[in-house]
Amino acid sequence: MSHDHDHDNELDPFAARVRALETILSRKGLIDPAAIDVIVDTYETKIGPRNGARVVAKAWSDPAYADWLKRDATAAIESLSYTGRQGEHMQAVFNTGDTHNLVVCTLCSCYPWSVLGLPPVWYKAPPYRSRAVIDPRGVLAEFGLTLPATTRIRVWDSTAELRYLVVPMRPEGTEGWSEEQLAALVSRDAMIGTALAQEPQQAGEPA
Amino acid sequence: MNGPQDLGGQMGFGPVAPERDEPYFHAAWERRALGVTLCAGSMGAWNIDESRHARESLHPADYYSSSYYQIWIKALETLLKRHGFVSERDLKAGEAIDAAATPKRVLKAENVPAVLAKGGPCDRPMAEPARFKAGDPVRTKNFNPTGHTRLPRYARGKRGTIEAVRDGFVFPDSNAHGQGENPQWVYTVAFDGTEIWGEGADPTLTVSIDAWESYLEPA
Repeated sequence: MSHDHDHDNELDPFAARVRALETILSRKGLIDPAAIDVIVDTYETKIGPRNGARVVAKAWSDPAYADWLKRDATAAIESLSYTGRQGEHMQAVFNTGDTHNLVVCTLCSCYPWSVLGLPPVWYKAPPYRSRAVIDPRGVLAEFGLTLPATTRIRVWDSTAELRYLVVPMRPEGTEGWSEEQLAALVSRDAMIGTALAQEPQQAGEPA
Repeated sequence: MNGPQDLGGQMGFGPVAPERDEPYFHAAWERRALGVTLCAGSMGAWNIDESRHARESLHPADYYSSSYYQIWIKALETLLKRHGFVSERDLKAGEAIDAAATPKRVLKAENVPAVLAKGGPCDRPMAEPARFKAGDPVRTKNFNPTGHTRLPRYARGKRGTIEAVRDGFVFPDSNAHGQGENPQWVYTVAFDGTEIWGEGADPTLTVSIDAWESYLEPA
């Protein structure tokens, strides 16, 4: 697949359909094309999983913050100024030694945009949405994650307006790391529950 | 509705196939599709529940063969026609021919950061106390409404436990159809994997949903 995303194939009928719709709506004064540019720039360059990683790193470093995040995730996350659309009502769920959390939206593609950005294609597509609730271990195996048979799997189907952020366990061997160093170990997938936090040796020595 | 969107437990869709270093957009038109959808939504003619219902009302064959942004655009065309902003003639011609209804507002570029940062909270103050408390055993209703609902099929008629009482939230089953917000208490309800999937279920599995109060009965 081409990774040149700047230009559509002129023959792609769906690209033409979206362009026509945008033209109709802007000619009628119903939308401002410049507003679209700002929306796209926001989600392409400003809001993404680095937000969530910073929340996790702070929770790892600061027990009082972790406690606040557990009790009132919306307020604790807002204190880092991550707010807004599809993050209005947040819940943080913490992995432990015996429970692994996994988030899905079986009914559409609800996802915490304010802390993770736009969802990946697989999160919105039928294979993940159909299987996460019935065969989570099979799904995790496809991400290369095999958990001990005794680990309890907790799947959160976000069927209402609550949006879930998984707080993975802090890896061993990261004592004394700064929040910035810790955040680099936290991937988008770890905050959905399809991965664990990276081990320090995978990530290399902290800078 | 028992539509194509209600995917929990369905089989046959194949592997998840995560893409390494996936970009946010896979074509330039996807950027415009995101923006057009958000801008059109901000006109204030419909709410998120009506918009979700428009997406799940696509024919199942259409829904399953469309990418997510394609689903968004197809549903958006339905909503724009329903609310008088575009006509079938406009869409056929690809040009603005017919006059449009007047939107409540038009999102201008300079207001985008504030609008995105504010979001659209849908919690509402509740006059009545919550019917259930954490730890209560409950059973989800068994129903098959033809309109919008957020109780997935796999979790209907199942025994579970209230894990948390959340807040009052706009009730999508009525709000999607212009029948008012009618806020209800929302609860996180946890089910044993075996209660939902029966024989052969993963014994270590617990699945929770967030359920509006009217989806639940005492058990």
